[in-house]
Amino acid sequence: MKLSALHQSYLNRRRSPLDSSADASSKSFLAVFWLVLHCLCCLISLLLGFRFSRLVFFFLVSTPSSTNLYSPPFRPDLPPPRTDLSPPNATAVEAKTSSSSSRVVVGRHGILIRPWPHPDPVEVMKAHRIIERVQREQKAVFGSGGKSSRAVIAVTPTYARTFQALHLNGVMHSLMLAPYAVVWIVVEAGGASNETASIIAKSGVRTIHVGFDQRMPNTWEDRGKVEVLMRLRALRVVKEEKLDGVVMFADDSNMHSMEFFDEIQNVKWFGAVSVGILAHSGNAEEMVMSMDKRREMVDEEEERSSLPVQGPACNATDKLIGWHVFNTLPYAGKSAVYIDDVAAVLPQKLEWCGFVLNSRILWDEAESKPEWVKEFGLLNENEGVESPLSLLNDPSMVEPLGSCGRQVLLWWLRVEARADSKFPPGWVIDPPLEITVAAKRTPWPDVPPEPPTKKKDQMSLSQGNNVVVIPKQQQQQQQQRSSKVRKPKRRSKRNKHEAKPTDTTTQVSASTKHHQERN
Amino acid sequence: MTRHSLSIILLFLFFSASNAEHNARTERISGSAGDVLEDNPVGKLKVYVYELPSKYNKKLLQKDPRCLTHMFAAEIFMHRFLLSSPVRTRNPDEADWFYTPIYPTCDLTPTGLPLPFKSPRMMRSAIQLISSNWPYWNRTEGADHFFVVPHDFGACFHYQEEKAIKRGILPLLKRATLVQTFGQRNHVCLDQGSITIPPFAPPQKMQAHLIAPDIPRSIFVYFRGLFYDVNNDPEGGYYARGARAAVWENFKNNPLFDISTDHPTTYYEDMQRSIFCLCPLGWAPWSPRLVEAVVFGCIPVIIADDIVLPFADAIPWEEIGVFVAEKDVPELDTILTSIPTEVILRKQRLLANPSMKRAMLFPQPAQPGDAFHQILNGLARKLPHDRSIYLREGEKVLNWTAGPVGDLKPW
Repeated sequence: MKLSALHQSYLNRRRSPLDSSADASSKSFLAVFWLVLHCLCCLISLLLGFRFSRLVFFFLVSTPSSTNLYSPPFRPDLPPPRTDLSPPNATAVEAKTSSSSSRVVVGRHGILIRPWPHPDPVEVMKAHRIIERVQREQKAVFGSGGKSSRAVIAVTPTYARTFQALHLNGVMHSLMLAPYAVVWIVVEAGGASNETASIIAKSGVRTIHVGFDQRMPNTWEDRGKVEVLMRLRALRVVKEEKLDGVVMFADDSNMHSMEFFDEIQNVKWFGAVSVGILAHSGNAEEMVMSMDKRREMVDEEEERSSLPVQGPACNATDKLIGWHVFNTLPYAGKSAVYIDDVAAVLPQKLEWCGFVLNSRILWDEAESKPEWVKEFGLLNENEGVESPLSLLNDPSMVEPLGSCGRQVLLWWLRVEARADSKFPPGWVIDPPLEITVAAKRTPWPDVPPEPPTKKKDQMSLSQGNNVVVIPKQQQQQQQQRSSKVRKPKRRSKRNKHEAKPTDTTTQVSASTKHHQERN
Repeated sequence: MTRHSLSIILLFLFFSASNAEHNARTERISGSAGDVLEDNPVGKLKVYVYELPSKYNKKLLQKDPRCLTHMFAAEIFMHRFLLSSPVRTRNPDEADWFYTPIYPTCDLTPTGLPLPFKSPRMMRSAIQLISSNWPYWNRTEGADHFFVVPHDFGACFHYQEEKAIKRGILPLLKRATLVQTFGQRNHVCLDQGSITIPPFAPPQKMQAHLIAPDIPRSIFVYFRGLFYDVNNDPEGGYYARGARAAVWENFKNNPLFDISTDHPTTYYEDMQRSIFCLCPLGWAPWSPRLVEAVVFGCIPVIIADDIVLPFADAIPWEEIGVFVAEKDVPELDTILTSIPTEVILRKQRLLANPSMKRAMLFPQPAQPGDAFHQILNGLARKLPHDRSIYLREGEKVLNWTAGPVGDLKPW
C-alpha cells in the first residue's frame, strides 16, 4: 500500500505533463510506460534504500526553474540548497512590481535540523525566568482587580522555646510567599534574643524585632494575657512609625493560606475572617476519646459541625449579625492548663488572629477615620483588652471577609513541646554530640536499667558542652543514659535476629551508631 | 492669561493622568501607524455596490452555507456590511469606489475546501456584466473598483503556488484594487496597491472561549497543526518550505515547546495560557493563527519569509510579533529566550489593546474599529484617485483575451 500511495502522489504531482499529451492512444502508451518505469524505479529504490526515482526524473525532465536539489532531512551540515534563481514564471509578468527578484523560492527545500536537537538547559532556565516574570506582571495587572495592593503588617508574639523555630519558620515562609510587601513585627517575651533574631533575619522581608520585658508564663490563660499585651505593644509600634497597610495577627503557631493574604486586601477599616480551630493538637488519644463521647451524645443531641470555626456570622443578606465562637462545653475540665499539658488547648472566645485592621485606625490624626473606632492612643491596657473588638466603639461595623465568613482562611493551632524538652541553641549541633541524654519522663514502657557506660564519656560531657543540659544528679543521669541502647530481653523474643536496638529515649546524638558499636 | 494657562495645564495633567492609568494595562500603538486603527471612515469615502444577479452571490451561498464559516467568509460578510453601511451610496456618480458583490471562493468540495478552477471564469463574466451595464468600469478600466479575493493566493486563483505564479493575477483585475488575505513581498500574486486583510475567524466562537486574564501564562511556545502534509507531500520539504518540519524535528522533545498535531477541545484556552504562539506558513504564508494569537494575547511568532501581514500600514507588526526567518528555525529557542523581558511585556501590553483585537475580527454586526472599517480606512487612504486613471474615450489598456484558454469560456 505504500507503493500505491507513492504512486498516487507521484501521479498527482505529475499530472501536467500527462495532460499535455493530446493523443488518446499515445496517452495510454505513455501511461503504461510511466507505470512500468515507476515500478522499476520502486524496485530499485527498495534495493538501494532510498527513493532515487524522483532524483532521476527531476534531472532528466524538469525545467531548470522551480525545483531545488532534494536534500534528505538528516544532513544538518549542508547549507540549505537554495538557488538564487527567480522563478522564470515570475519574470513573464510585467516588471512593474517585481523588479527585484523574490528571495523566496518555490519548491522543495531541505529540512534544517541543528546538530543537537535537544533542549539546552541554559535556554530552558532563561525561558522559565521569562515565564515567571510574565506571570508576575499578569498578577500585578490583573490579579485582585488591578488595584494597588497594600502592605501586610504581620504581628507575631513569640518567645524562645523548643518549638519556636518550627512555628516561626512556618509563619516566615507564609509571609515570604505572600505576593505583597510585608512588614513583620515580632514581639518577643523575655527580651529580644539572638536566637529569634537569627531566625527572622532569614526571611528577607522587613522585620521589626521588639523585646517585651515580661517572661512568658507557664499557663495558657496567663500566656494569652501576655500575648495580648505584646500585640498591643506591636500596634503601638505601628502607630509610632506610621506604618501603612493591613494589620493581621500572625500567631507563630498558626497556619495561613495564601488566599488569606489576598482576601485581607479587601478590608476597608476593620475586618473579620473565619478561623478554623484545631484544638486537638498532637494528642491522638484525647481525640479518639472525645470522638467516642461525641458519638454517644449524638443520640441525645444534635451533632454540631466537626471542625469548630470562629468567626463572623452573617444573615442571608450577608450582613454581620453576630459571631461564631468556640464551644468549650465538650472540653469542660479536660483542657490543658499548663503549656505542656497533654490535653486539648482551647482558644479564647474570639481569637485575635481572626481580625484584620487598616493600620490607619491606629494613627493619631483622625483623617477620615470612622467615628466608631476608639482612639488607640487613649487605650488603657490595664482594663483588660480581650479581643480586638475592644478597639471599637461599635462592633457591628466590622466587615466580614471571605464571602461573609464562609471561607476558612487560616487555622488556629497551639502545639508546644514538653516542659523539659531540650534543644540545641540555634538548632546547630556543634561540636557533634557523642552521647544522648534521656528526658525525665518517658511515655514508653519502662526500660530495665543498663550498667553504666565508660567514665570517659562523662568527662567529655562535663566539659561545658553547652548543647546538652546535665541534670543535677549524676547517678540518675548515668542510669538513664545507659538505659538507652540495648533491647530489653522481653523484646528479643519477638525479634529473632539481632536487629538494631529500638530507641527508647530522646536522642540528640549525631554519632549514635558509632557509640553503639563501642558498647 | 495666567488663569487660562493654569486651566490648560490642569487639563493636560488630568488627561495625562487618566492615560497613565490606562497605560498600566494596555499600551496605545501611538504614532502615525497605530492611531490609524481608530479612524472612522464614514465621511471619507463613498462606495457604490453593483447589483449583480444572485447567481454570483446569493445562489452560491444557498447551495453551500458552509461558505459562511470557513476562513474565506470575509467576502460574504464584506458584502453584507457594505449593503447597510453609511459609506454606501446609491448614486454611482458620486462614488469613490465601486464594489462588485461576487463570491469567487464559494465553490466547495464535499470536505469543505474551495475549488478555484471556475473562479477566473466567474470573475470574467461578472466584469463583462458590469462593463456592459454601467459606464464606470470602462471609464477607468477598473482602477476605482475593488474586489475581495480571500483565497490562498488571491487573484491568482489557484491553491498550488507554482500554478498560481504561472497564472499570475487575472489580467482583468490588473488595475483594480484587490482586498486579499495573501501577502508576500515580491510575489506575483500581490499587487502593489492591494490591501491585505486577516482571514476570517469566527468571533463568537472565540469570545465563547475566553478565560480570565489573571490565569497565569505557563506555556512558553504553543502550536497545533500539521508539520508534514502526508497526503500531498509525504516526505516533507515542500509543505511550508520545510519550516514546519524543521520546527518539529528540532523541538519535538523540548518541554518548552507545546507542539503537536492533536486537535484539543481546549485549543483557544491553551492559547490564552501561552506566551508565544507559532504562526508558520503552510501551503500559503498566511493563516488564521495570527488572528487567534492576537485575540488571545499570545505573541505571534511569524515564520514566513517576506510575508505581508494584514493592514501592514496601520498595524506595526514588528512591535507586536516576533519575526523569525525560515533558515533560523533551528535556533528558535535561542531567539525567543534572548528577547529581553521588557520587550516581551511591551508586546503583551500592545496585544492587550482592544483596538488591536477588534481590527482583526469580522464581527456580526459590524463594530467600530473592526476589520471592515480597517478595509474602508485603507481604501480611504488611497483617495483621491490620481487623474491619470481616467482613460480617454476609446482608450483600452486591459487585454480581454489574455490568460489560459480555459478562462475565456463563459460562466
